[in-house]
Amino acid sequence: MTKKTALYDAHKKLGAKMGEFAGYDMPLYYDLGVKQEHEWTRSKAGIFDVSHMGQISVKGVEGRSDAVEFFEKITPSSFAKQKIDRTKYTVLTNEQGGIIDDLMVTRTGENEFHCVINAGCKDKDIDWIKSQLTEGLEFHHYDDWSLIALQGPASQWVLKQILDIDLSDLPYMGLWAQDDYKLFISRLGYTGEDGFELSVPNADAEKLWNDLLSHDDVQPIGLAARDSLRLEMGYCLYGHDIDATTSPLEADLGWVMGKMTNTGFIGADVVLKQKEEGITRKRVGIELLDKGVAREGAEVQLEDGSIIGTLCSGGFSPTLDCSIGQAYLPIKHSELGTSVYVNVRGRKLEAIISDMPFVEPKTKSNKI
Amino acid sequence: MAEMKYTKDHECVYLDGDTAWVGISKHAQDALGDLVFVELPELGKTVDKGEDVAVVESVKTAAEVYAPLAGEVIEVNEIMESDYDLIAKPVNEQGWIVKLKVSDASGDDLMDEAAYAEYLKEVD
Repeated sequence: MTKKTALYDAHKKLGAKMGEFAGYDMPLYYDLGVKQEHEWTRSKAGIFDVSHMGQISVKGVEGRSDAVEFFEKITPSSFAKQKIDRTKYTVLTNEQGGIIDDLMVTRTGENEFHCVINAGCKDKDIDWIKSQLTEGLEFHHYDDWSLIALQGPASQWVLKQILDIDLSDLPYMGLWAQDDYKLFISRLGYTGEDGFELSVPNADAEKLWNDLLSHDDVQPIGLAARDSLRLEMGYCLYGHDIDATTSPLEADLGWVMGKMTNTGFIGADVVLKQKEEGITRKRVGIELLDKGVAREGAEVQLEDGSIIGTLCSGGFSPTLDCSIGQAYLPIKHSELGTSVYVNVRGRKLEAIISDMPFVEPKTKSNKI
Repeated sequence: MAEMKYTKDHECVYLDGDTAWVGISKHAQDALGDLVFVELPELGKTVDKGEDVAVVESVKTAAEVYAPLAGEVIEVNEIMESDYDLIAKPVNEQGWIVKLKVSDASGDDLMDEAAYAEYLKEVD
């Protein structure tokens, strides 16, 4: 039995094509279709129902720093100097140095944090986090809250016009909370555009959705365009581009560790050893030079036909008008500019190892 | 107006003597969304009925176009490789993807417009 978000009826009313994702019946695309939804988000503003994702919090004992220590145990990032009301992208690591999930962690107080975790990892993450909790830490799952993403260059303008909330001073990765704590807005997203994620109680979700949608610059965007948008940014999709067997270094997410001041996280022995000795494979971007669309599972080959990897993600980039993808390749073949081939239905398409993001992000276009 | 026939896999066919013009139905176009790539077969390729003869891709997915009848590829719509919007044109004008020379042009087991409309109601 697939689950539904609080916006399910709203999607049906909009005539969305629905499909199963991570156990939820979710909108894949609406009237515009995937390509135009993608382009709309890049040029105006799109709203996405991402309520299937998990919202949780961990609160420590007042006057202590146990919640900070907790996050420095379950992730390889440092939180001691993290500002309040700021978010960090990081990963949950397992004992083997692999990735349990990637997530957004917002410091909501001196000793408390709020996280957004992937829908498909929700149960697993919650079990894991609970099993790691130390005495005095309080865990909460906001399973009766919705999450709506508003993404695209018009987003700030839309919030001002529709909700009369002026977030021009809110920095990238910053959090704004309404006085009654019934609406939280973070300036971040999964598209590479300037944009926001709005967290509201389920009871308020449909009104907020419809209000935002009433703006001429706003169109509803489904999960299919969400995928092509994130792919252009080289963002990881859990279960495809990262999983329990890929380390943050192999995933090219070493930057989440900053200056590596945190050396006490779960799996640190493996990851730090990799850091010292080097890794043997790495996640890279691949851009097709030939026409055609390379999708997940396509083999990456050298000119002599030897297989050096498979695409963990792949698809068409409407912005670049060519196919792009990601793959784990042996370090010796992972250099930028390396010529490779992607096997698409037996055709050997010419491709190149490309820097990610593939498309210039606009997330920091709001300079503060 | 020329009569169009349809397959259960949403190919649209126009039969002109022993030549079958093959495209995809409006329903298939709507399900796919805007095309971003069309893979055409080699001229002279012979295909069995139901064998894939071309591939149309949107951002979302790749869809095989199956030969509605057995035959030989005698023409491919190369213009479509650079103008994907042609797919929306009538199959007997510019909306065809391939033309097949078919041995059995009766097309008896293909659906006519009315039968296809009924079929769509069933599958929807």
